[in-house]
Amino acid sequence: MLETIIQQGINALQLGSYYSLIALGYCLVYGVLLLINFAHGDIFMVGAYIAFFCATAFLGKFGYIDPGMPGWIVLALTVPLTMLLTSGVGVFIERVAYRPLRLKGANRLYVVITALMMGIVLEYGNLAMLGASRKSFPTLVPRTIFEIGGATVTSLKLAAIVTSFLVFGLLQWIVTRTKLGMAMRAVSYDKFAVPLMGIPLDIIIVFTFFLGSSMAGLAGLLYAMNFPVLDPFMGALVGWKAFIAAVVGGIGDIRGAFIGGFLLAFLEVTVAATFSSELRDLISFTILLGILSWKPTGLFGKPRTTKI
Amino acid sequence: MLSVTNLKVKYGNTEALHGISFEVRQGEIVTLIGANGAGKTTTLLSISRLGPPEGPRIVEGDITYNGQSLLGISPHEVVSRMRMALAPEGRHIFGNLTVEENLKLATYARTDSDRIKTDYQRVYDLFPRLVERRKQRSESLSGGEQQMLAVGRALMTGADFIMLDEPSMGLAPLLMYDMFRALKELNGQGMTLLLIEQNARIALQFAHRGYVLDTGAIVAEGLAQELMNNPDVKKAYLGG
Repeated sequence: MLETIIQQGINALQLGSYYSLIALGYCLVYGVLLLINFAHGDIFMVGAYIAFFCATAFLGKFGYIDPGMPGWIVLALTVPLTMLLTSGVGVFIERVAYRPLRLKGANRLYVVITALMMGIVLEYGNLAMLGASRKSFPTLVPRTIFEIGGATVTSLKLAAIVTSFLVFGLLQWIVTRTKLGMAMRAVSYDKFAVPLMGIPLDIIIVFTFFLGSSMAGLAGLLYAMNFPVLDPFMGALVGWKAFIAAVVGGIGDIRGAFIGGFLLAFLEVTVAATFSSELRDLISFTILLGILSWKPTGLFGKPRTTKI
Repeated sequence: MLSVTNLKVKYGNTEALHGISFEVRQGEIVTLIGANGAGKTTTLLSISRLGPPEGPRIVEGDITYNGQSLLGISPHEVVSRMRMALAPEGRHIFGNLTVEENLKLATYARTDSDRIKTDYQRVYDLFPRLVERRKQRSESLSGGEQQMLAVGRALMTGADFIMLDEPSMGLAPLLMYDMFRALKELNGQGMTLLLIEQNARIALQFAHRGYVLDTGAIVAEGLAQELMNNPDVKKAYLGG
């Protein structure tokens, strides 16, 4: 019994780390721009594909690089490159799709719709370029299996969990302790006054997309290593769920988004273990609905006050 | 120092300023007075280069500061390169940051760490109330304290020219005089100020010179004392 609980707990932590990494990106962009970046789940998908192409290229499958590079070096190269390229995609989307609307003062609704369309473009763009066949992610490092209290955990699962906590710590540090983070918080409160402080608004916004997308890329890579089958629609549902997790946690606060991701994962795993996996989403989301109607700002959210 | 020539600006297709000209010389306090909707805020937004969607679009004329045109530069450069700051209407402080963080944020583009230190001291000397509130989230401040913070923030950008949009708005009379005394003190330290006020009486009392703006055009100008005695200005803006 105890073993099962520990095992499920580890599974939930693993699932939660993907949700959390994605939820953090939603939270950052929402916090700074009040924009629900519905393309974010698909950026996670793009991240997984970028990781796939980086890894296979380094393994020498395309012939540019001599095969025989050890897997851990391939991984060490793939991680930063995936994060960098994925953040490039996120920043590009901001530049071509969101910024023009922002500069024209478009209503937020239109920006959100643009984000939704951008997500669809990414999904079907991928489908058009790569076809409907699924890609299977290569094995880069051998799975080592550890035992904790009778339950087993692979090195890959552990890596996902540890990474998400490290990234959260780093992000929390950036937001609360650095000047850039302070500027991001300022943008979230009052965009108008930011340039008046001598701060280039566009650079803060680009940095926000850079951070959010690189985390989605990292999540995509970790996900692909653990569940090595990629398809163009893999980001849609995971993205939605991460978004909901961020809102339930309190989307204005990165702690809320992080904890929301794990909360959702624990609910899902618990429901699937006690009832059946068919009831998983039904019951977990009903519970989340309950949480929101009890506290509409999310667990960590604070209502905003302004003084005239 | 600042010279605005024949400035015409539009919001969409509506012209809001019909070619105004005025200047501010080093060490002066100059005030723009006028009724609601006369174009006072628009003028300051134009100088700060805050364009659409919130700000106006400049269609004609020029704004120069120390001989350099501001037309080609972006709003954050007006602050970081030209050293001109704006304490905007409605204060726009960052309520989710502490008082100290608000001040620190204003030093974002500065690298002169020695002067930053003395500037903190200058702000806290000018507004001792802010010292007590240093660690508080600034949305918990009273209206008067928020206004002090807005002015303090403008100072922390390292500006030597500060524009103030209705610094007396929402303040009780006593606090209002305190604020103007602080501004006067700042001016005594060499700060040039361009001040917008609906309360023309107090503005003219503290300023050296003034311009009267009426529906996008300057209709009177002169020394503050002269304007105060001008019968038309008296009748329209000083309550007879």
